[in-house]
Order: sequence, then structure tokens, then C-alpha cells
Amino acid sequence: MMGIISCKETTRLVSQGLDRELAFGERVALRVHLVICLGCRRAGRQMAFLRKAVRELAEIDVTTPV
Amino acid sequence: MASEPEFRKRLEELRPYLVRFASLQLRDAAAAEDAVQEALLAALAGEAGFAGRANLRTWLTGILKHKIVDTIRRQAKEPALPEDPDQALEEFDGLFAKGDDHWSERPAAWGDPDGALQQAQFYRALEKCLGRLPERTARVFLMREHMGLETGEICKELEITPTHCWVLLYRARMVLRECLQQTWFGK
Repeated sequence: MMGIISCKETTRLVSQGLDRELAFGERVALRVHLVICLGCRRAGRQMAFLRKAVRELAEIDVTTPV
Repeated sequence: MASEPEFRKRLEELRPYLVRFASLQLRDAAAAEDAVQEALLAALAGEAGFAGRANLRTWLTGILKHKIVDTIRRQAKEPALPEDPDQALEEFDGLFAKGDDHWSERPAAWGDPDGALQQAQFYRALEKCLGRLPERTARVFLMREHMGLETGEICKELEITPTHCWVLLYRARMVLRECLQQTWFGK
């Protein structure tokens, strides 16, 4: 089990959650932190959005004028 | 099954997409062209493999991914890339207060991120931010998020540990979200 974790640790776990299955203790620590921390919730959403945006990148017609 | 000239024509129509797909990962126009050429040749040789599959582009992109990974593997054997300079990567450390590792400045809300996905300008900003990532970091991040490879596969190809892989992905994401905050969402 992990105790109270910092924002740095939280963002690190959020990121790893995009790449691997987190352990039970990690998920609990993460959830506890996210409930009370708006900054980390935003950072988490933004990291998930990055994934979506990068997947779209190849679809963009580069010849489209701005 | 379509006649061979017809099949060839359909492949050629997909070339611009494939070149773009490969260029995003390889960040080298010549290497990207080569990988696409190899993929198209392999596709022509393996036309039978396509028979009955629904989507030509998906099939072709799958072949291309293998060629891109081959290229990366070859590149990895060439004189080693220098380690990415740490100061570029540690930049995001400033985001957290020394001592307790909580935000120095709380991340701002991104109003309507999905709206940004409708704007060509946004993708230019994103590409610029990707261009600022150090080479190794960008390579791992794009293998994961652009090519959609699992970290296990990335580690194997690049001969790095999963832990190293996760660190690079974490740094890439933090640097990119900060870059997009500054160049797009914060404007």
C-alpha cells in the first residue's frame, strides 16, 4: 500500500496508468489524491487528451492551407 | 480480387498518408520514404494476404509499422544517440515545489480540448511541441502514442528497461502538456 502521495508521484502514476495496469495500492493512492487535487485531475485529463490528439495527427491533410 | 494494376493504383493513392504516418515517427523524410517503399513492395508481394480484409489502409499501416520498427532497429545499431540532455527534460521539475513535490502552479483548465482537434492550426502547434522533445524521448513517445505499440515491445526494440520507458513517457507527456499550455491553450 502507498500512503499519501505528492502531485509529482500522482502525475507519474497517471502517466504509467496509460502504459500499464496499475497495482491495487497504486490505484487507491491515486484515487485518494485525485479526489482532493484539481491540478492533478486536470493534468491527468490533459495527458489522456494528448493521446487522442497524437492519434489524430496522422489523419491531418498536411496540404490543407491554414 | 481486384486486378493487379487496380490494386497497385489503390496502394499508390494511400502513399501520401503512409509517408506522413512514417515521417511523424521517424522525423526523417528520406527514411520515411524508404520505409513506405518497402511497405508497398511487401504489400504487392503479399496481395493475397489482403484478400477479404475490410480496410486496405489499416492493413497497409500494419505492414508499414513493421518497416518503421525495422528502421528504428537499424538506426539503433548505428553510432549511439547521445543521451538526451537532462536540462531539457528536467524542465518540468520546476512545475513542482521543491520539498513537498506539489504543484508550484496548478495546471490551468483546457477549455474545449476536443474543439482544438477540429483545427488544423492546433496540429501545427502539437507538431512543433513534438519537435522540441529530445530525440530519444520523442522516439519512445511516438512509438507508444502514434504507432500504438505496447511498452513491452518498445523496450524490446530499443533495449531499454520498462522503468526507463515509463520515465521517458512521463517526461514526454509532462513537457508536451506544458508546451501546449504555453503555445495553444494558454493563449
